[in-house]
Amino acid sequence: MIDREVDEVRDRDMMAGSEEQFGDKAPRRYQRRRPRQVVPDYIDWKDVEFLRQFIPERGKIMPRRISGVTAKDQRRIATAIKRARSMALLPFVWE
Amino acid sequence: MANRTYEVMYIVDPETPADKLTKLNEAVGNLIEKEGGTVVRMDDGGRRSLAYPIKKKTEGFYILFEIEGTGQEILELERRMRVNDMIIRFITVRVDEDRKKADKMKAKREKRAATRAKFRPTEEAAPEAAV
Repeated sequence: MIDREVDEVRDRDMMAGSEEQFGDKAPRRYQRRRPRQVVPDYIDWKDVEFLRQFIPERGKIMPRRISGVTAKDQRRIATAIKRARSMALLPFVWE
Repeated sequence: MANRTYEVMYIVDPETPADKLTKLNEAVGNLIEKEGGTVVRMDDGGRRSLAYPIKKKTEGFYILFEIEGTGQEILELERRMRVNDMIIRFITVRVDEDRKKADKMKAKREKRAATRAKFRPTEEAAPEAAV
């Protein structure tokens, strides 16, 4: 049960471009994830240029597994994007 | 009550004449002062295109106010903005708490960097101690 959970976590952590294979049974060491991106302490919801980094083509909010920011930062970014959207600084959808 | 800082932004109908717009902004400022708040900053963002149409308008004047106060003035301001036809969208964000948190985080990081520098001198200063 616990093993399966650990495996799931591991699978989630393996990003595209990872050298490891999914099939093998050899025990792998769990690697702590590090944020891949540094986010400023204060996220300004009016800073469209910054927020645009986290918005791919369709106008959706980039998931954390792609953007690689910490959970805390992701929440702050998401709130900021939503605020900017409501003031028509950012679109809800891009066609 | 402790003072709070708010950011109030609103979008004004693009067809509003310039003199009416300035009058509106003055009225907002006066209202805040009357209700016991202080205007820290007033920013005219000018005419901007909207990311999506609001009330069939594709452009709007963006006005930003930074207000310090107790929250009472926000109540009154929002009530008036809601009934004003010129204002097509508004938002109020409380920013003091987030700013305080950001300052705290910054201070923490600086403190940690200072401690690190103390225990691990730079390579030029002491090359044998760098290991």
